[in-house]
Amino acid sequence: MHLWGDFLFEAITEKFEGVVRRLRGKAIITEKNVADAMREVRMALLEADVNYAVVREFVKTVEKKALGADVLKSVSPAQQFVKIVHDELVELMGPVEPGIPQPDSPTIIMLAGLQGSGKTTTAAKVASYLLRKGRRPSMVAADVQRPAAVEQLKILGGQLGVEVFSGEGKAPDICVRAVERARLVGTSDVILDTAGRLHIDEEMMMEVKDIARRTEPHQVYLVCDAMTGQDAVNSAKAFDEELSLDGVILTKLDGDARGGAALSVKAVTGKPIKFIGVGEKLDKLEEFHPDRMADRILGMGDVVSLVEKARETVDAEEAARMQEKMLKAEFTFEDFHKQLGQMRKMGGIKDILSMVPGLGSQMGGLDISDGELTRIEAMIQSMTPAERRKPDLIDQSRRRRIARGSGVQAEDVSGLVKQFRQMRDMMQAIGSGRVSPSSLGTLMQPGAKIKGFKRRSKRKRRPRRRHR
Amino acid sequence: MVLGGFLDKLKRGLSKTRRVLSTPVGELFRRARQVDAAFLEELEEILIGADVGVETTMSIAEDLRRAARDTGTADPEELYGILKRDVESRLRKGESDVTLADSSPTVILVAGVNGTGKTTSIAKLAAYYMGQGKKVLLSASDTFRAAATEQLGIWADRIGADIVRHKMGSDPAAVAFDACEAAAARGVDILIVDTAGRLHTDSNLMRELSKIKSVVARKIPGAPHEVLLVLDATAGQNAISQARNFKQAIEITGIFLAKLDGTAKGGIVVAICDKLGIPVKFVGLGEGADDIEPFDAELFSRALFE
Repeated sequence: MHLWGDFLFEAITEKFEGVVRRLRGKAIITEKNVADAMREVRMALLEADVNYAVVREFVKTVEKKALGADVLKSVSPAQQFVKIVHDELVELMGPVEPGIPQPDSPTIIMLAGLQGSGKTTTAAKVASYLLRKGRRPSMVAADVQRPAAVEQLKILGGQLGVEVFSGEGKAPDICVRAVERARLVGTSDVILDTAGRLHIDEEMMMEVKDIARRTEPHQVYLVCDAMTGQDAVNSAKAFDEELSLDGVILTKLDGDARGGAALSVKAVTGKPIKFIGVGEKLDKLEEFHPDRMADRILGMGDVVSLVEKARETVDAEEAARMQEKMLKAEFTFEDFHKQLGQMRKMGGIKDILSMVPGLGSQMGGLDISDGELTRIEAMIQSMTPAERRKPDLIDQSRRRRIARGSGVQAEDVSGLVKQFRQMRDMMQAIGSGRVSPSSLGTLMQPGAKIKGFKRRSKRKRRPRRRHR
Repeated sequence: MVLGGFLDKLKRGLSKTRRVLSTPVGELFRRARQVDAAFLEELEEILIGADVGVETTMSIAEDLRRAARDTGTADPEELYGILKRDVESRLRKGESDVTLADSSPTVILVAGVNGTGKTTSIAKLAAYYMGQGKKVLLSASDTFRAAATEQLGIWADRIGADIVRHKMGSDPAAVAFDACEAAAARGVDILIVDTAGRLHTDSNLMRELSKIKSVVARKIPGAPHEVLLVLDATAGQNAISQARNFKQAIEITGIFLAKLDGTAKGGIVVAICDKLGIPVKFVGLGEGADDIEPFDAELFSRALFE
């Protein structure tokens, strides 16, 4: 969940930060200041597209708890209030059992949802996830409605090296035959990619029910677009009623969608969000963690997630070292360079920075893409070992040499060095606990650009960041 | 435009899916004795539930409050009319007809985030113009998503439109370039350029989009004549962010509101028209190539409330 890009949940977070600021310094939680704070919470949730009925319930519960006797006696009302909102969010979004259970071989996993929610891409992402877990999945192209959907899944299967079953005829028949074949071939899991359908399209809902009846899937997941508005509850409820869902996969969370649908869907179906889609690359599927999501909503950042993600791509020891370095800010350009490759695997520096507590709201103006990482890499490669270890060495003439060597302007180099130093100080400040994340604004002005990171000249290179 | 057509199509959509486009607003006004605080609160909830958004909803409610005060009326019937006209006028901000080139071809560039229904909407647009006797060419400039060109190709076959396409992974701007040349050479009336879905927060991909646009502009004077953003009617407040970013990158001239045949009300367009002055030009009402209607603010506002 954590590689959500910098904007994710930012607005919710900002709102909550505002609420907390307001409550901070007040001696006790009174009816009056709770009411004010709750109005803000309500607005923030509504603007994040949480269904209004869900919001109403949420606000009621939090209000009741906030006004309880324990709260009034508490030492820090602000902390108490944050905890109540946080716990309530966790409660609303949890609990989640991690992973996809495998009660049988093959385990049948069915994906369903509205048109355009991202089922086909998600099917491939689930397959990729299972591959990473050492399983041997196959996929079934059961979307015979949308033109070329079968072709699309085959291409994605080809990219992953995962077998894709397809066939002529009706979707339920295709699925039944595919499951039989999977049994013969001995794949560990079969992922059914069904056609997108409106929850009120009776004929199509009959079809998907028929698929479920005849293949008896072990897991049925609703694929839901994180950008969905108030209507998320209607479709989720309908799919749950017809298919009795086991979970939800929330897609397109790499944009700036605030993802209120996550709260809504969980609230009306009671079914857990299992995974989130955080990018177009096929490995961009992550397990959902309600507590971290709540932390994130409350502006507490996501260092734990960072560490975990790092662990998946590098070994555990390396990950611990890396986190320590990031927080203690002992890392040099040399370390930075070494980590560039890993960073890419982890989703790029922007994602990493966005996971640092308190930085979420400071990152608005940053614009660092993988392409820019290449440029940074070039600059670092043009430095001498000594310069990499001690960036302070880099004076004007060294700057010019580095710029020449990497094909950038001298000011790009100074921008990189300056920003690198700033970043290091920032991390150090967080690591040592001297600075609370939310006061980082003074270290890094919102909207600050990393000069050296920003492409300045028009270049021929095609901006592609996509899978394959 | 043919007003009847819009309603007919809506009704057909309704019967197919037992869909109810209308919100309980009509009901609310009918049973209300007077417009008071409780009434306004209920109205706000309905509007927010239709994805109109908190800010725009508050502003609409405020207008109504003011109207009640100024006219000294608390008569629901009267205020009902005021509400519908209020929403309609918000929808009319920035209103303009679809721009067709003085001399062919007219180029329509279509963009949007992933999964909003770009390719299907393009097929509908093509069918719509072919129905008017126009010669239509499609540019398969979504070269990124697996099988996207195949998908558009199948639609082109179904409706009998010409298509220009390259291999998957090739430069989308190059496809548009070739399509422009083909359009000029073949005497095409309408060239519709499909593009890959992209998140509006991805600056690289937004740059790619403006490159496609400038290639088209260099190739055909005055092109693109329309730049349509396809929005999913089920989208919530994020659609505002989408519209804003796409407007900034490629100056969209209008919105194609897709998937209005579900239970979502598409109320977010009220906020978008109101705040950004981007008009809605078409609505998509189903999966067939002819499930398209030009947008009508009055009917949409009525459909939303009756």
